[in-house]
Amino acid sequence: MAENVWILGISMTRFGKHKDKDTLDLGSEAAIGAMRDAGVGIGDIGVLAAGNLIGGNGFGQLLQKQIGQTGIPVYNVANACATGATALRVVVMAIKSGEVDTGMAVGVEKLSGAGLLTGNARQAEGGHWVRDGRYGAVAPLDGRVGTETMPGVFAQIGMEYAHKYGGADFELFARISEKNHAHSTLNPMAAHRKRFTLDEIMNDVMIAYPNTRPMCSANVDGAAAAVLVSETKLRTLSLEQQRRAVKISASVLTSDPWTDGCQVLPDINTLTRRAAATAYEQAGIGPADLDLVELHDCFATAELVHYDNLGLCEPGGAADFFNSGATWRDGSTPVNVSGGLQSKGHPVSATGIANVWEVATHLRGEAGDRQIEGARVGLAHVIGLGSACGVHVLERSAA
Amino acid sequence: MERVPLVDYLVLGDEPHLVAAECTDCGARYFDRRSACARCGGLEFGSADVPTEGVLTTFTIVQFAAEGVEVPFVAGVVDCDGTSVKGNVVNTPPDPEHVTLGMRVRLTTVPVGTDADGVEAVGYGFEPID
Ligand SMILES: [Zn+2]
Repeated sequence: MAENVWILGISMTRFGKHKDKDTLDLGSEAAIGAMRDAGVGIGDIGVLAAGNLIGGNGFGQLLQKQIGQTGIPVYNVANACATGATALRVVVMAIKSGEVDTGMAVGVEKLSGAGLLTGNARQAEGGHWVRDGRYGAVAPLDGRVGTETMPGVFAQIGMEYAHKYGGADFELFARISEKNHAHSTLNPMAAHRKRFTLDEIMNDVMIAYPNTRPMCSANVDGAAAAVLVSETKLRTLSLEQQRRAVKISASVLTSDPWTDGCQVLPDINTLTRRAAATAYEQAGIGPADLDLVELHDCFATAELVHYDNLGLCEPGGAADFFNSGATWRDGSTPVNVSGGLQSKGHPVSATGIANVWEVATHLRGEAGDRQIEGARVGLAHVIGLGSACGVHVLERSAA
Repeated sequence: MERVPLVDYLVLGDEPHLVAAECTDCGARYFDRRSACARCGGLEFGSADVPTEGVLTTFTIVQFAAEGVEVPFVAGVVDCDGTSVKGNVVNTPPDPEHVTLGMRVRLTTVPVGTDADGVEAVGYGFEPID
């Protein structure tokens, strides 16, 4: 049996606009912060996994040139919005394999001011029709055969759930956003901390019905990093380090298995359900044991389906579950007490480590005004469209 | 006037319809050029005509899109008797009063444009069945 892996140190930058900092400044800030939090130096790190989608190739090595070139292996990873979780997972696997006892995962993105994340701008057309691509298309399909915009794709995913099970409509999706924006007012790390009324959310600019602007994740700058250690290594460290360490009870990454229609509209449900089931089995807990959940609310329409996918509610019962108040911070299963991606922000490659930071910070009892009292177990979930799903279950140290 | 379909899986003519590549082994259907079946790994495909009527199982009304894409438009998925098809909902106002989950729709053709040689490209969409 491979041994347990623990988070020894973890750090995130404030999410938002960092005008004077580039990708390496942000990545360095998070990495140095994580090592300081862990009480280790760069010489202790045996493996580095690094994620950055926008900045180009070789981010991990560029980061090393800022924080320490020790010759350790670097894994540059890319898995859309699950990139950060993938980096974390790579370090978990490296430690479980026994090759190293200490490693670091870093994710960074500079997205502030980036527009809609979508397909390509349509070129001026003329000349004559030429068949192109795997559909033999004579013209771009975005807008002619469905939509390639992320708000539009995830709107359809939420509406598909509404069609299948009923109970969800524009107002319910907007109420989910109302919750997350309300939560964000307590989080100093969030990019946007304004509370919105339901009316304000529903009457804001419509992006892709039923997602209005505040119901979409915010493009921001940010970085997050974590230092992980083996349990054997942890037991050699100080009592204070052991007390603050957070156990990774489950670390799972899945891709989307074939399901009917999955190549027509992405099925983000099946791979999440599988990841959650495996994670609960690994951790030996069930959804009822979770004191808090950070899940991938890239759009308000996505949060609803993940209540169901993560088994937080009865199958098909996500709307009733939300209406019961369960996912507000004073409910039975607080979800996205950070404010979620809609208010905290979504610097793509950082997201999958930042949500682990959020959960870990509550488990350590260090979450300040937004602390979920007595939190012992939490779950962090991300989806990268394409798709990749990362689920991590975390537990407070018994020490 | 000469006409070409927007995509390979659209068949024009008197009765426009869509054609799927169907895995000979497991029956999974696809609309793109295939290397193999994503469900079973099978390498052989036949072609299957997709029913032209179905039910709208999800939709969104896109108000912001990439440069050059006309908005608003309705994007959705239609269950054509067991085969899921991606397409726009057309010939009805793009608002939630006129476009509803579960509505019945049928395939129709949509003009895309005419090239320098005078060839017209024709796409498809789904329109409400009254
Ligand atoms: Zn097959």
